[in-house]
Amino acid sequence: MEDLILIWNSLPALLKGMLVTLELTLAFLGLGFLVGIVFAFGQVYGNKFTQTVIAIYEKVFRAIPALVLLFLFYFGSASLGIKLSAFISACLAMGLRSSAYQSQIFRGAIQSVGKEQMMASRSLGMSQFKSIVYVILPQILRLSIPSWTNEFAIVLKDTSLVYALGITEMLRQGRYIIARTYGNSLLIYITVAVIYFILVFTGSKFFSFLEKKFKIPGYETKEEKEGVRAV
Amino acid sequence: MLSNPPILLLKDIRKSYGTEEVLKGVSFELSKGETKVLIGPSGTGKSTLLRCINQLTPPDEGEVWLNGTELTDKKVDINKARQQMGMVFQHFNLFAHLDALNNVKLGLTKVKQMSEKKARSKAMEELERVGLANQASSYPAQLSGGQQQRVGIARALAMDPKLMLFDEPTSALDPELIGEVLEVMIDLAEAGMTMLVVTHEMGFARSVCDEIVFLENGKIVEQGSPRQFFENPEHKRTREFLDKISELYGGSKR
Amino acid sequence: MSFFDLAWSIFPSLLKATIVTLELTGISISIGLLLGILLALGRLYGNKPIYALATAYVEFIRGTPLLVQLFVFYFGLPSIGINISPFFSALAAFSLNSGAYQAEYFRGAIQSIKGGQMLAARSIGMSRFKGIVFIVIPQALRLVIPSWSNELIYLVKYSSLAYMVQVPELMARGKIIASRNFRTFEVFLVVAFIYLVIVLILSKILDLVEEKVKIPGLGT
Ligand SMILES: Nc1ncnc2c1ncn2[C@@H]1O[C@H](COP(=O)(O)OP(=O)(O)O)[C@@H](O)[C@H]1O
Ligand SMILES: [Mg+2]
Repeated sequence: MEDLILIWNSLPALLKGMLVTLELTLAFLGLGFLVGIVFAFGQVYGNKFTQTVIAIYEKVFRAIPALVLLFLFYFGSASLGIKLSAFISACLAMGLRSSAYQSQIFRGAIQSVGKEQMMASRSLGMSQFKSIVYVILPQILRLSIPSWTNEFAIVLKDTSLVYALGITEMLRQGRYIIARTYGNSLLIYITVAVIYFILVFTGSKFFSFLEKKFKIPGYETKEEKEGVRAV
Repeated sequence: MLSNPPILLLKDIRKSYGTEEVLKGVSFELSKGETKVLIGPSGTGKSTLLRCINQLTPPDEGEVWLNGTELTDKKVDINKARQQMGMVFQHFNLFAHLDALNNVKLGLTKVKQMSEKKARSKAMEELERVGLANQASSYPAQLSGGQQQRVGIARALAMDPKLMLFDEPTSALDPELIGEVLEVMIDLAEAGMTMLVVTHEMGFARSVCDEIVFLENGKIVEQGSPRQFFENPEHKRTREFLDKISELYGGSKR
Repeated sequence: MSFFDLAWSIFPSLLKATIVTLELTGISISIGLLLGILLALGRLYGNKPIYALATAYVEFIRGTPLLVQLFVFYFGLPSIGINISPFFSALAAFSLNSGAYQAEYFRGAIQSIKGGQMLAARSIGMSRFKGIVFIVIPQALRLVIPSWSNELIYLVKYSSLAYMVQVPELMARGKIIASRNFRTFEVFLVVAFIYLVIVLILSKILDLVEEKVKIPGLGT
């Protein structure tokens, strides 16, 4: 009973933190999307130099732990005399990191759409830009939804790492509640976990709804067709 | 035929990939209303030649002239020129995310800047012409190969091209679906469209085209009327190739 | 002090901490491997309660942040009277977390093995259990290598979270050094570089392993 009251009382603060968590998710994913999609096209259609630079960018941002990136952009930049707010540093670190993953997602999709679609639209007299906007992009966005759902979940969960920069997101709200109330910390952290779970679950459901909605009729993925079954 | 000025003129087209010279100086012309069939072994540069014509693959050397305009000139607005040359692909290349109607309509609204309403009725007209008005809202993956190819033809025709380029339009199709596509092409030829067709359908070549061009190893070996080609080919290689084709594709019934 | 002098001077100390990072990763991935196989088998072959439990576990762990899981072990458990050291709480959190992900990789791999394999095993008189142990799992282990490689690399990187509960691993060492010399950016550049090298070496090794155990003619 006491436990339930503690959870109930901590909900307003946790929900406030949750809003920050969602804002951060949106910002990281948004920046990652913009940079990622440009880089993906750069990788496929760019010249050798562009391709190499983007490949190195991807490798580096994917190999360095998120926490190290956060430190480099926040504490590191400060030590160089560049003053960035915790929020901006977090956006740069986590957004650029996500862009490296999203770029790979979109690149895969562009490659699976294939050169033929581009050739067909160029043969009608469409410019390369128009072909990308009207023919390639609509297809790769559809194809990317499943992997993108995964990236969404990862980015959402990893927003908890900005705890280390002192941003008052959901996990830090939890910590404050424990400090204020001397409450059962196990209970609070599990409550935080449950809220994260609900967010991840709802978000993923939303994306699979989108996937169904934008599904191209007759264009099933192979697994669906074969109906994979356990032996 | 002689009275017609050439619509398309190729002068000494050359193209290499790396060190491999795929086209070694190809020249020919196509008059208005003429249907030319291009044959030759696989890997010999037929697709490359078609793509050199509409500059999807710019040739390294040589000139392509369409209706008095040099397309190989860097200053030419190639997107404008391509609207005058419809292309039909071996694997159809329909836009996978659009239904049949929108496949045909896209070029009209986005390239020709036609109004939605006009584009729609024009697209429907073209689908009707290939006998697919009833499949307007089907997506490519829901259509048979033959139907997809007919949509592909309608998509190209919708731009009102002066010239149609066909790259083995039936070779990816199951035998029973070839007829419906050939029928559309025959209608088109009879209606006076200028066509350049890469195909191994010898029945089509025999009965429809005005001239056959035999390409091998990036060079034209022989060109002439179907009659001369089938009855009295000049080169031994031509005869051998025709024999092989009729073996592979089963006579010239179609 | 130039960057390179600095890097040179802090390198030995960072390398020592790297050993902790690798220990943490190595032990966690191994425990996670066992747990993952058990969970996958539970989800595929278990009876209703086992299936439900395994599924709930996998989904809940994968749906929550690792850092929160770590806090549950380190800060949470003491409130019900269980105190474990930083290293062991990190180990527990990482292993249990990785187990859930590895379970999914195994499940996918086992599912992609054709039903005919089990039928063939049964047809030569193997029991279902023997079929799983001798036919299905050996094939699944090979198939799982690419996703497992990813998991190992993920875990190396996420092991840096142990810093948040005072485990003296690479990240924590970097922080201590930076708090003394105030050259945070350069110190963490070196830290980042060490992670980069570990990740690159590991992916190379794993590529080689994959090549080595590949069954001829069978794509992974
Ligand atoms: N984009 C390309 N890059 C490199 N080589 C190519 C490319 N396109 C075609 N080729 C080569 O050019 C030759 C002719 O190809 P293609 O024109 O497709 O022949 P065909 O259509 O007559 O079968 C082949 O050897 C092929 O490998
Ligand atoms: Mg070809």
